[in-house]
Amino acid sequence: MKLYFKYMKVLFKSQIEYRTSFILLSIGQFFIPFLVFVSIFLLFQRFPNLAGWSLYEVALCYAVTHIGFSLSECFARGFDSFSGMIVRGEFDRLLVRPRTTFLQVLGSKFEFTRVGRLLQSLMALVYALLNLDIVWSYDKIITLVLMIASGVFIFTGIYLLSATFCFWTIEGLEVMNILTDGGREMSQYPLSIYKEGIKKFFTYIIPFGTVNYLPLLHILNRAEGNKFLYMISPLYGMVFIIPCIFAWNYGVKHYKSTGS
Amino acid sequence: MKAYYSFFKMRLLKGLQYRTAALAGVFTQFFWGFILIMVFEAFYRSTSSPQPISLQELIQVIWLQQSFLVFVMLWFRDSELFSLITSGNIAYELCRPTSLYGFWYARLIAQRLSGAILRSLPIILVASLLPNPYGFSSPVSLFSFGLFFVALTLGLILIVAISMLIYIFTFYTMSPTGSLLIFGVLGEFFGGLILPVPLMPPLLKSIVYILPFRYVADLPFRIYAGNIGIHEGLQGIGIQLLWIFVLLSLGNLWMKNALKKVIIQGG
Amino acid sequence: MIEVEGLYKSFKVAQRNAGVTAAIKSIFNPQYKTVQALEDISFTIDEGEIVGYIGPNGAGKSTTIKIISGILVPDSGKCSILGNTPWKNRINHVRNIGVVFGQRSQLWWDVPVMDSYYLLKDIYKIPETTFKSNLDLLTATLDLSALLSTPVRQLSLGQRMRCEIGASLLHDPKILFLDEPTIGLDAVSKMAVRNFINTINQEKKVTVILTTHDMSDIEALAERIILIGKGKKLMDGTLTELKNRFVTHKTVTVDFAASTQDLSIKGTTVLSRTKERISLAVDLETIKVSDVISILSQNFDIKDVAVNAQPVEEIIVDLYKEFQI
Repeated sequence: MKLYFKYMKVLFKSQIEYRTSFILLSIGQFFIPFLVFVSIFLLFQRFPNLAGWSLYEVALCYAVTHIGFSLSECFARGFDSFSGMIVRGEFDRLLVRPRTTFLQVLGSKFEFTRVGRLLQSLMALVYALLNLDIVWSYDKIITLVLMIASGVFIFTGIYLLSATFCFWTIEGLEVMNILTDGGREMSQYPLSIYKEGIKKFFTYIIPFGTVNYLPLLHILNRAEGNKFLYMISPLYGMVFIIPCIFAWNYGVKHYKSTGS
Repeated sequence: MKAYYSFFKMRLLKGLQYRTAALAGVFTQFFWGFILIMVFEAFYRSTSSPQPISLQELIQVIWLQQSFLVFVMLWFRDSELFSLITSGNIAYELCRPTSLYGFWYARLIAQRLSGAILRSLPIILVASLLPNPYGFSSPVSLFSFGLFFVALTLGLILIVAISMLIYIFTFYTMSPTGSLLIFGVLGEFFGGLILPVPLMPPLLKSIVYILPFRYVADLPFRIYAGNIGIHEGLQGIGIQLLWIFVLLSLGNLWMKNALKKVIIQGG
Repeated sequence: MIEVEGLYKSFKVAQRNAGVTAAIKSIFNPQYKTVQALEDISFTIDEGEIVGYIGPNGAGKSTTIKIISGILVPDSGKCSILGNTPWKNRINHVRNIGVVFGQRSQLWWDVPVMDSYYLLKDIYKIPETTFKSNLDLLTATLDLSALLSTPVRQLSLGQRMRCEIGASLLHDPKILFLDEPTIGLDAVSKMAVRNFINTINQEKKVTVILTTHDMSDIEALAERIILIGKGKKLMDGTLTELKNRFVTHKTVTVDFAASTQDLSIKGTTVLSRTKERISLAVDLETIKVSDVISILSQNFDIKDVAVNAQPVEEIIVDLYKEFQI
């Protein structure tokens, strides 16, 4: 853990070496989701609701997804840009060091410019919470915290998975965008607006639905049946990372036998 | 001209090499389109009052956007060109017996074209096989298809003219990522790629109509969908031509200035 | 210390021809070829040795280095380095080794060298005292003091290479793998790097395995060389042995007081002849150099004698030819 912070320190130093670029990038990172949010806002001016969801409810959904996304992009960026590491042959270097590859790749890159995106999603969160009429109780607060943590885990898991594919193919990774960027765009709206197949896939297999949609039903008092299940559903999203780590280790093994 | 052609061929070959990537791209774009359609469908379901663009027309626009993405995206980057500028290796380019603006321009067009050849058709094909409300359908008339084709071509010329400005801008900032990102995002927004132009509130819409960005994607796609009629379409094409003229001359002039600066600095 | 026995490794390589049709064809029917990268490689290296591992491009040098540094797993074979099998006890194994890839950097590009060193200290869990003393030694011998506070991207290639080597020795490795450490360096930097390798080899008893294409590296550093080609070990011995075995000719050049006398010595061929100088190629299998000189001295009033052997570079070229690699 200490090492992880050291990595962070060194990389932070490198990034602020290019000050203007750093600031511009952070601003850009603020605007990308901001304009998406503005679009959602404007759509709600024209349409009364989104399949029964109000603007503020969608905003809460949106905020949770984007906070998870920006945090994991900031901290697990090493996996996101892993293909470059393979192409440049830098992965060999990690293998001759006495630490796990997971930790070293995690520490190989931090994207601090995502602070802009994080700020924007926090603003959306505050905006949603101020306008929603929620009676807060401990279980709801815990649920919200779990949702955000779960978001970080699930995106990190997907990065890990797509990095694993790099061991076999450098090309063709674009399809993983469906899960990262696509997953983000999709899960910024409540899952219930989608078709059955998509809903199932993103609840059970890549469990985005358990990160925000299901627990949100609990927070908004829309849940039916066992409320506790809705409350702890983000945990399922966290567990998603475990098979991803196994896949990663398998990928490293494969790399060591082919060297490519 | 021959140099441009061989450059184009090389790009196409390179694209073919990465065929899995192309396939993945098709798949990704398809997924995106589907998600967008479902979101808009949910919005449209909430009201019975008529909208400036029907869901049916909007679906056509979305599929066109997805398949011609490489034509209409501003952030489509050529990192080789950027590194040429920032590393100072631009000196080599200056030794070539062609105009730098023309050569880069052709290069960027070639990139977008080769990208589109590999990706557009498959997406259009699959999208037209989809069941009715979601599928991609034929244009309203043959004439409007012709108009769409002209507007799309001019749109490509226009977007490259705009992106040339970003490359030239790099001569001054020396770091492309930040400015590219901000340019790209704003261009996307004002081009109607995030929020469809017809669904914008009046004030925003009038700003968008002043800027060049919507003439890249919004105009040709809505002509195809039948949301923009023949008359308005022809008008739009006129404005496209105007913008192309303005931006090409501006780019050429600015490039000359930027190069002067490079030469004075001694690389 | 290092025992390698019967290493085999093969790779599958995709075959693809130029042109659009071939590109499309390979979409449906990709062709693969198996390349035998290593075939029955065995050797033993003792503590404190400096071994030059040489061979032409694609001979399998990097593959071997990758296997014994724990990056690759071989198809079969055994390897024991200080009691560890590299691909089984990777983390324990790599604590004992330092690796320098001449073409790649292990330093963080945008920060001063010292920051990279501190990070490596944590990665390798180097105790404070060890780190200090090693750093002092490295700074002194590699002349790093002025470089440590400079960001890596501003260093010249030679300066960077010195810092790279320093970085791979911070954790007191017992074995150092150098993969083309002098590639692209100017003469002065090459000398500095070589001197340093000799110093740490003698003072810290670090075992060094070195791959290079620069034969003067080998001459300056390695007492022993292992030659491989097409994945097979072709030769293992000292540089002198190599010379004795493969140097078949020497050139004797003699300056003398003007004379036009004709001369033919068995086992030699005249390369050039003027009034005051003769240059002979001597076939060492037929006659000794000393005998040639004594015959010459009986016939001429000798002023100066020079004996030249083939340079190592040429020997290697001959070797490659002989083994057809």
